[in-house]
Amino acid sequence: MTTTVVEMKNITKKFGKFTANDDISLTLKKGEILALLGENGAGKSTLMGMLSGLLEPTAGQIFIDNKKVIMNSPRDAKALGIGMVHQHFMLIPAFSVLENIILGDEPNKKGRIDYKKAAQDIERLADKYHLQIDINAKVADITVGMQQRVEIMKALYRNAHVFIFDEPTAALTPQEIGELMKIFRALTDEGNSIIFITHKLKEIKDVAHRCVVIRAGKIIDTVDVDNTAEETMAEMMVGRKIDNSIEKAEITESKLMLEVENVSVEKAGHTAVKNLSLNVKSGEIVGIAGVDGNGQSELIDALTGLRKVKTGSVKINGVDMTNSPTRKITEAHVGYIPEDRQNVGLILPLSIAENLTLKSYYKKPFSKYGFLNHKIINQNGRDLIKAFDIRSQSEKEKVGSLSGGNQQKVIVAREIASNPDILIAANPTRGVDVGAIEYIHEKINEQRNQKKGVLLISFELDEILKLSDRVLVMHAGEIVGEIDPKNTSAEELGLMMAGKKVTNIQK
Amino acid sequence: MFNKTKLSAIAVPVMSVIAGFIVGAIVMLIFGYNPIVNYGSLFSGAFSGAYSIGETLRDMTPLILTALGFAVSSKAGFFNIGGSGQYLLGWFAAILVTLKFHTLPGLVLIIFAILAAALAGGLWSGIAGYLRAYFGTSEVITTIMLNYIAFYFVNFAVKNWLTAKGEDSSANIPSKASLRTPFLENLTQNSTFHWGFFIALLVAVIVWFYFNKTNSGFELRSVGTNEAASRYAGMSVKKTIIVAMFVSGILAGLAGGLDGLGNYQNISVSNSLPQVGYDGMAVALLAANNPLGILLAALLFAALSIGGLSISVFSTTPTEIVSIVTASIIFFVGIKYAFEYLINKFLTKKELIKKLNSAKGDKKA
Amino acid sequence: MSFTTLLMTVFSTTLIYAAPLIFTALGGTFSERSGIVNVGLEGMMVVGAFSSSVFTLSFYNMFGNATTWISLLVGAIFGLIFSILHAVATINLRADHIISGTVLNLMAPALCVFLTRVLYNQKGQTPIIKQGLGTYTFPVLSKIPIIGKALFTQTSLIAYFAILLGIVSWYFLYRTNIGLRLRSVGENPVAADTLGINVYKYRYLGVLMSGFLGGFGGAVMAQSITLNFSASTISGQGFMALAAMIFGKWNPLGATGAALFFGLAQSLPIVGGYIPFLAHVNSFWFQAAPYIITIVVLVIFFGKAVAPAADGVNYIKNK
Repeated sequence: MTTTVVEMKNITKKFGKFTANDDISLTLKKGEILALLGENGAGKSTLMGMLSGLLEPTAGQIFIDNKKVIMNSPRDAKALGIGMVHQHFMLIPAFSVLENIILGDEPNKKGRIDYKKAAQDIERLADKYHLQIDINAKVADITVGMQQRVEIMKALYRNAHVFIFDEPTAALTPQEIGELMKIFRALTDEGNSIIFITHKLKEIKDVAHRCVVIRAGKIIDTVDVDNTAEETMAEMMVGRKIDNSIEKAEITESKLMLEVENVSVEKAGHTAVKNLSLNVKSGEIVGIAGVDGNGQSELIDALTGLRKVKTGSVKINGVDMTNSPTRKITEAHVGYIPEDRQNVGLILPLSIAENLTLKSYYKKPFSKYGFLNHKIINQNGRDLIKAFDIRSQSEKEKVGSLSGGNQQKVIVAREIASNPDILIAANPTRGVDVGAIEYIHEKINEQRNQKKGVLLISFELDEILKLSDRVLVMHAGEIVGEIDPKNTSAEELGLMMAGKKVTNIQK
Repeated sequence: MFNKTKLSAIAVPVMSVIAGFIVGAIVMLIFGYNPIVNYGSLFSGAFSGAYSIGETLRDMTPLILTALGFAVSSKAGFFNIGGSGQYLLGWFAAILVTLKFHTLPGLVLIIFAILAAALAGGLWSGIAGYLRAYFGTSEVITTIMLNYIAFYFVNFAVKNWLTAKGEDSSANIPSKASLRTPFLENLTQNSTFHWGFFIALLVAVIVWFYFNKTNSGFELRSVGTNEAASRYAGMSVKKTIIVAMFVSGILAGLAGGLDGLGNYQNISVSNSLPQVGYDGMAVALLAANNPLGILLAALLFAALSIGGLSISVFSTTPTEIVSIVTASIIFFVGIKYAFEYLINKFLTKKELIKKLNSAKGDKKA
Repeated sequence: MSFTTLLMTVFSTTLIYAAPLIFTALGGTFSERSGIVNVGLEGMMVVGAFSSSVFTLSFYNMFGNATTWISLLVGAIFGLIFSILHAVATINLRADHIISGTVLNLMAPALCVFLTRVLYNQKGQTPIIKQGLGTYTFPVLSKIPIIGKALFTQTSLIAYFAILLGIVSWYFLYRTNIGLRLRSVGENPVAADTLGINVYKYRYLGVLMSGFLGGFGGAVMAQSITLNFSASTISGQGFMALAAMIFGKWNPLGATGAALFFGLAQSLPIVGGYIPFLAHVNSFWFQAAPYIITIVVLVIFFGKAVAPAADGVNYIKNK
């Protein structure tokens, strides 16, 4: 483990005036798994973009196998044996697995693709690394786990010996994560090296040898994983001690706010939510844990009127609201913080003030007889910007020009200002910085303490365990169990999320 | 400091127009025509004297309305290329009504005919809206297809219902149904200027108000920029799509109706779709769908087409040079990124120089 | 009119009307498969029709009977040159594809009629071409009973070439590595880029092929149907080709089939008078049929679902 395969020396990358990477140096040794730890926007992806030929450094040098290289395109990086597995898979859903793998490096006889040879080559590699893939399937039809294996195969097919994984576990089930770690080891056993971008400390502890911590474009430290505590790495990543505590008020009496009974929801022909029942009382946060794609989005869509319930009923404040239009549900005092703030929660080209009245623009005092009153809409904007500490130039600024955390605050402000009885929050802190996470957690907990009902859906176990009073585990469209967050470890929760029905865990 | 977005909102159309005229000049020079003389006769053809101005304003009328129609659908995120067909049906409906109900009193007849024209255009475009809302069918394709169906239908209907055997044109409408009046004719030296122009102006103001000051206009803009978020906000996306396409068609139909009653006074079998639908698109694109900008852009394009007629009167230059200019202008509007890039570069350079200068000043001090 | 003569008439008029549509629709398929929406096919056809007409009128003395065939290539080459405008605007300058395509449709007739007036004494149309593509009788095949007369006698040779090209295009797109790459940039340009595929290059290829084939289609139109050039030589054929491409689900074979079908629909008003049960149907229905059918088909098959995923999406490289 002494040969250096990658060396990045004094790398700086600027986008206009913004410095994404500032004088970064790192080395990767043969057979090593190197973790790259940092918050969203710390500059990890930019750094790896330069190593994979997608971006050109503003200053600094890159050495591969001790030779100085200049990479003008991903093609150059590939030729040097660097393979990147992107967080958002770079696959073409309409193509077959085989076509996705060979694209750009097709074996051919006079321009005609030699599918036979391609299949043989791929199967040989699949055997060697124990990668299960179905080369004839359409990528649109295969699981996320297999899509990732296809990505790995793409790199292997191009003779990569340095693999870069960008947040590879974000969309995987705990089992799939385990398998991926096995693949990691199989790769390094064969003499390959891996750079592993993540913000999950547990996984770093699990497989990585060394860890490079990046914050705001700069390297904070490079540490030996075995000799460093998780908490230390976390603090280095954020730059201060993280306050993980929240204050939960004692709730004495409570009533049912949301009753979901035997609800089934269909999506594109298959049943995404199966006969599901749950309820939320006032003064509690009910967390729904689960791996992405197990029916959570469809469930929320159904609760908020964005998707039809096929069977079953939804009661809000005791009133049957099954399959009511979205607006009626909103008017029944349901607030909803959607998962995708840029495409669902906000209209980016509209102003902050307009976005803050996105659900109430048609009501007095914002509108009378169908005509808008911009004066009052803007006043409301100024008030909420102040109350929720939204960092902006004015209420007329386009919401699209705000940072992710401030955009999320606009949504939180709008939903909480509407004074809901029930607040539904889906991955409310995805992709925002730690400061905003803490703020949003506080606001959600405040709703609970004010005797509102909160339904929280999150893929982050820590978030679920920190905020929830009760946790329901969702798998394959069903609730497979309920746990008490105070007495359950993340490991147990992980098992349940994988579909193990655990009946003996107390309610 | 300059506000870059606002600056480019004004600079892009202005620069596009200038660039379009330059292209036209280059084409003329290549083929040995004198651009200065031709642009001169274009200008005087459009603006010298009451008659020319009357003609230009008359030509603006359908342009304003078809452009507004295009803008309404655009704001909602849809590309209504069906302006020509909707215009043609509006024209046909207005003439049909006036000829069939010619016994009605003048004002009633006019209102009836205009309403029929608007409705015909609205319903035709509404088909595309309905299909888009309920079946997700691309409105670009359906409106193109509907254009041709309208074209063949109107030719068929004119030939079979409105003309004598062997004729290609309908009878003229009774003068009580005409939008031209002696007053306007006297004012503009017997030009074809008619009351429709004022209706178009009024509609432009209404559409501006609709976009900016009404709930429905806000819904239109929301759906146009982000359908998913609009649905999340509780708006009915389907309803908004249909309303947008319907209103869009109403405006194009209205253009046809006013042109029929004011300009043509009859309808004939034609061998191609009316160009005004596409010109209206061009006007709206140049104005970036701003209703007040549309008035200016329509004035420009009307001046080009009316003034263009004089080009071939006073020289051997083909009139089509005007259409080349128009197409070039829209080309430059289309590649606005190139302008924005240049403006940005220019501004940053200026800022940089400013900074450098002030830095120098600091040193001296 | 005997039954076989009737069949022959139906088939040959279908083929004659289908040929320009097939070429142009194939062009559209290449462009949209590479991710560039092409509503400017009409304009490309106009340029092809114009340039081929001018060529035949000017060089008949030099090339004799071969002139017509050469003129098709001339039309194609000018179509290609014209399509560079669309390529630069959409691929390099991030223009909206529909706006840019509309510019082609506005520009082509303006420019071509302008040039026609410059070249032909300010007349808005060219003189008539004396030597068009005419009809062709296949030497051996035409002797086959019934089929021989119906399909291979006095028919359109260029249409058979068009059908063959449809098959070749399919092979090109689905069996060669260039075809795979061209489709990949229309599906997911970012992914293609990470694999070292030059997105711009393949998109240029798609657009230029559409210009070439659109120009060819326009030339075929001028050389076989209108036999001259004027503002109305191309009146909607480009849009019909676009419809054929969509109807054919962006697949060369489908587009060819759809174009043949539209050719049949267009031939019906011409031959309909001879067919007893169609003689009384109003010609409006024949004329409007291709357009109505396209809408119906789109509604049934959801139109958008099968388009290349990144069709109409500009690719902006982050450097």
